[in-house]
This record gives sequence, C-alpha cells and structure tokens, in this order.
Amino acid sequence: MTPPNAYEGPVMLKIEDLHARAGGADILKGIDLTIRPGEVHAIMGPNGSGKSTVANVLAGRPSVEVTGGSVEFEGRDLLALSPEERAHAGIFLAFQYPVEIPGIANNYFLKASLNALRTARGEDELDAFDFLEVVREKMKLVEMDEKFMSRSVNEGFSGGEKKRNEILQMAVLEPKLAILDETDSGLDIDALRTVANGVNALRTPDRSMIIITHYQRLLDYIVPDFVHVLARGSIVRSGGKDLALELEEKGYGWIEDENTVAKPGASA
Amino acid sequence: MAESENHELQRLADREYEYGFVTDIESDSIPPGLSEDVVRLISAKKNEPEWLLDFRLKALKRFFEMLANGEEPTWAKLQYAPIDYQDMIYYSAPKQAKNIGSLDEVDPEILETYEKLGITLNEQKRLQGIAVDAVFDSVSVATTYKEELERQGIIFCSFSEAVERCPDIVREYLGSVVPYSDNLYATLNSAVFSDGSFAYIPKGVRCPMELSTYFRINAANTGQFERTLVVAEEGAYVSYLEGCTAPQRDEHQLHAAVVELVAVGDDTEIKYSTVQNWYPGDKDGKGGIYNFVTKRGACRGRRSKISWTQVETGSAITWKYPSCLLIGDESVGAFYSVAMTNNRQQADTGTKMIHIGQDTKSTIVSKGISAGHGEQSYRGLVRIGPKAHRARNYSQCDSLLLGDRCGAHTFPYLEVKNSSATVEHEATTSKIGEDQLFYCRQRGISEEDAISMIVNGFCKEVLRELPMEFAVEAQNLLGISLEGAVG
Repeated sequence: MTPPNAYEGPVMLKIEDLHARAGGADILKGIDLTIRPGEVHAIMGPNGSGKSTVANVLAGRPSVEVTGGSVEFEGRDLLALSPEERAHAGIFLAFQYPVEIPGIANNYFLKASLNALRTARGEDELDAFDFLEVVREKMKLVEMDEKFMSRSVNEGFSGGEKKRNEILQMAVLEPKLAILDETDSGLDIDALRTVANGVNALRTPDRSMIIITHYQRLLDYIVPDFVHVLARGSIVRSGGKDLALELEEKGYGWIEDENTVAKPGASA
Repeated sequence: MAESENHELQRLADREYEYGFVTDIESDSIPPGLSEDVVRLISAKKNEPEWLLDFRLKALKRFFEMLANGEEPTWAKLQYAPIDYQDMIYYSAPKQAKNIGSLDEVDPEILETYEKLGITLNEQKRLQGIAVDAVFDSVSVATTYKEELERQGIIFCSFSEAVERCPDIVREYLGSVVPYSDNLYATLNSAVFSDGSFAYIPKGVRCPMELSTYFRINAANTGQFERTLVVAEEGAYVSYLEGCTAPQRDEHQLHAAVVELVAVGDDTEIKYSTVQNWYPGDKDGKGGIYNFVTKRGACRGRRSKISWTQVETGSAITWKYPSCLLIGDESVGAFYSVAMTNNRQQADTGTKMIHIGQDTKSTIVSKGISAGHGEQSYRGLVRIGPKAHRARNYSQCDSLLLGDRCGAHTFPYLEVKNSSATVEHEATTSKIGEDQLFYCRQRGISEEDAISMIVNGFCKEVLRELPMEFAVEAQNLLGISLEGAVG
C-alpha cells in the first residue's frame, strides 16, 4: 500500500535509524519516520512495542537513553536540546499519565507554561487578564468548566478530566508538533468524543501530530493521514488510514507474522 | 536523572547565604563564661529590679544543676558536639547613648544593617503599616510606631523598657507559660536573657498593624538569648511577626530564645509568625546557628485562640516546638510549619498541643523539606487531658525529599485521657519525582522554576497562613534555599 502524499513542502521532523534504551533494555531498534507540516501520523502497535518510547525520545525524557540514530526538527538537532528547549521549539507531548502537582493551581501552571514559551520566543508575557481571555476561549474546545482552572494541576481529576486538561494545554500552547501518547486510554466513549473533537479543532495546515494508540477506536474520530505499525522496536508496516481498519480486523498477530513482507520506513 | 541536571541542582543548592555580612561597630561585651557574677552584671547593666535579678539567679542555679545532672535534652534526632557553656559570651550590646530618644540617635551603621536586610526603621519611609522592634545582638535598638500604638493603649517596646514601664505586667506573666525550670535552654535563657520584645494589648483592642521583631546576631562567639512576651487581654487581637538573620561565621553560635504568649481573657486571639533564616553553616556543615528555642502560648480564656506559623529555612540545627496550652473551654490552637534542611542542616521541630479545657480544638500542619544531606524530624505531642471532653485534634505531617541523601522522620506522640476526644493523624512522604519535573519541563518551564513551583505548592497550606508581606518573603526564601539536590 502506498501512502497518499497529500502534503508537499519542507520536512518538519526527520527520524533516522533511531535506537533507544529505557529501563535497561533496548526498546527502539531503528526507527525511520518523516513528518511534514499539517500531517497527522498514527503510530499503532501492541503493548511493549515501543510506542511510548518514541514519544518520550522526542520530548526528551531524561530516563530514556538514545543509543543511535538522529532526529531533526525543522533542521535542528532535536536530541541536543533539553526538554524545555524542545517545548520552546514547539513540541508538545500530551502525556499518557498526566502528572499531579499538588498545591499549584491549574491556571497558574498553564500561565507559567505559556509565558515560558512566549519569553523563549522573545514575546511579551501575558498578564492575568489577557491569559484568562485566551484560556476561556480554549476551554470551550474541550468543554471544560472554569472550576477546573483553580484546582491543583491534575490532582483528584478523573481520567477523562486529565486527558481533557492535556488537550486544553495543547490548545493554549499552540505547538507545531503535538504528540498524543495513548490519549484514548481510560476514556469512555463520551470523553473520547470530546477529546477527539478538541484535537480535530486544532488541526491546521501547519500543525503536525503524532497519535499514539493501541486501538483503532480513536482513529474513527481523529482520522490520520498515515498509519505506522510498530512491533518489537521497529516500524513493520506503514500505510494510509485503511491500515488501521485492517489491523482492527486481523489483530496485531497478522502483522507480526508477516513482518518480513513490509519494509520498515515511512512515506518519505 | 541525567548528569547535567544534577549539576544544575548542585549549583542551585550551593548558592551563598546573602545575609552573611558583619557590621563593624563598637560593642560592649562581657568576657566569655557563665557565673553568678555575669548574671549580676547583666542585670546591673539594665538597672533591673530585685525580683528580676532573683528570677535570673534561681534560673542560673537550676541551670547548673541541670548541667551537673546531665539534663541536656538528648531525645531529639540531632547530632552535634557538646556545647561549652563557659566558652560563650553572654552579653554583647552595640555601644550607643543610653535611652535613645529617637531613631536619629541609633548608630547609622546599625540602621544601615537593617536597610541591607530590607527592614526600614525610618518611619517616614515606611509605606506599609508594620511596627518593628529591632534586636541587634542582645539588645533592642529601635522600635517604630510606638506612639501611634500607645494611643490605643498598646504597649510595644523592648523587654528592658517594659520592665521599667510596666513592671507589674512583666512580673505577673514572665515565666507563667514557660517556667524558668522548663528545659535546659529555657533555663539558660531565664538566667542570661538580655533583651527582647514585649507587647501588651488591652481589653477589646484589635491591634491595627502587624507587630514585628527583627533579630540580628552580629558579634562573634556570642549567644543570643532574647525573650519575647506577648500579653493580650479579653477580646484583643494581635498578629506578631518575627524574622532572624546572622553573619556567616565559622563557629557555631547558640541562639536560645524564649517566647511566651498569654491569651488572658475570653475571645482573645494571638497569631505569631516566624520566618527564621539564621545562617545555616556552609555546605560541609561548618558554622551556623544552633537554634534551640522554647515557644509556648497559653489560651486561658474561653474561645481564645493562638496560632503559630513558622517557616524555618536557616540554622545549622533547629530544636523548636512552639506549643499551645488549651486551658479555656472551646479554645483553639494551631501550628503551621514549613521546615527546610539542605546540605548538613538538621531540624527536629514540631509542636505540643495540650488540651485541658472542654471542646478545645487544635490543628497541626507540618511540611518538611529535605535536600542535600539535610536531616529532618517532625516531633509532635497531642495530649488530651481527662477533663477535655470532646476535644479534637487534626494533625497532618508531610515530608518532601529532594535527592536520595537526605532524611525525613515523623515522631507523633498521642496521650488521650478522655474517651470523647477525636484525634486524627495523617502523614505522607514524597519525592519530587522525575515525572513531575519532566512534566513541567515539557511545558517549557525551566527545571529551577519547576522545583520552586513544586515546593511552593507543597507548602501552600502553611504559606497562606502568613501575613501577605511575609508570605512573599517566605516564598523567595524557599526559592533560594530549596532549589537543588534532586537525585
């Protein structure tokens, strides 16, 4: 299957032969992936295939060690940047397990975050009033109540609330590349729809996304341009959105059995 | 965690103590050593009445007995070489004209010292209404806003002045909450205390401004032994603040203060807040203040209320248990504490809530933060007496660890002698996790700001109890002292 090549223009993210270790084991064993502005790529795969490690390498989690290969983001060596520098460059990770920060109000945290990004870009910080205006607008996207904003970051939030909060942050921070790490896990169907609507509203011709998921379900709502299947640390198959449906039908066993057929690699 | 991060954290942890300068002034000191003559000399220098000298001499006698009997408190989880009480100076005062009439007569060097510390004693310049009593080494050098307060019948002055002006009040309440024989350090203080602050709020008066004492140790090899007495009559309200700094010196210096609060009548409220930033010693534990302090308040009236709020970031060793005696029915005690130990600092701190009256209530919120090789213990006693029907206590002790070389310990003691009492205790220990830091950094917030944010969040319940200005100072202090040493 040949992926559609609807997106022309410069390459935003180029991953070449990426190898990484985490928890004392080799997890990624040679990943290649190229993403252009506006593209939405889904990375699917069974548990333990290395999906979240891809997300963590891109965001710069200190406990993941890159042992080989390269990652370029808009022509810069991404691996040389600290996590906060990557955030300043426009990379956003919606966490699989959003972290609680007791005693820090959600709006305070988000304002600190937005202003850190603005400062890094040489823009003025937003004051409390301007910030409130921005947030109020974006909160509608994920149907969040203003009460959320004065609660401590993620503390006592339900699973769905945590994930909606991640999407709210994404909406406010307006990244160039958003990585959604199993954003669908732990969501009931209504919450899933809300989150997906929020994400879809943030799709623009410039913004790229990597959607990491175990299930096809999320891709019914957020329709990807490309689907990649990860197994044992390599991309074993790439295709269009139909690949996800095929997987749903046949299960991951099918891919793993015949992974000699597909050439690892992406559209480029 | 990555090597570079550790490096950054270490740099933050190693930041210098910024109040470590010495003021060069002439001082009047008594040679080192402790004896009856020294105590008589201190008393004579202050023209004290006979009863006060007797109080000191009784205490001195008891102190020597305690030393001989080995009654130095050793139950705290603290390690330090024995203190040589004969090698210490017990009185040091800046030389200046006696009986200062106005601020113009205070040594400009001293005024400058306080300016450097961010405390303006010049009333003209002050925008915020906070009355300050400045204690330099052993004596009170200036008290601001005195006249204004006096119009409402409030007495706010140095302890020595109070002995002259209202001896009956001092005599009635001195040692009434912390007896001279209470513990070794309080007993030593009772014998040699040189000055301190005094406040008296008459019946029904709500003190219109924060009262504040600022303690500064300057002279070398000197112990600071000040005494604070706050007496509030029926229906009175006062909020009292205390701040402390000291120069950076290689030797340890002893600070053994006593604070007594008396909520005399019904519906009296006293709030006492401390931001303690004595010199903590260097990163290897050289120098620093031994802060061995006895603080206690008595709620004598019905529905009277005493609350202690403390932010302890300084000192090499902190030994301190601000306590409440809940005597009046329905009286309320509270203790809110943030204690932080970094490098080689040690703290054993907590509170005692003694429920004597019926329907008495107490709240304890203790937040301990340890970094570097810092060691920290919460030690708290909740005692419910046999007549304290329906007494309630709620205690919450949380510890936050930064790195893996520090320690946090919790020692709660409960003595309940009345079956209708309710006592709750919650304790947690957590680490600033890689997950929290990574989450903040992924959102573009620098590691330094992230640590500061997480720690401030952790302390929020306590910081919000502080008066506004102090809360800002405390947050800045935590920012300076806390960042660092995440392993």
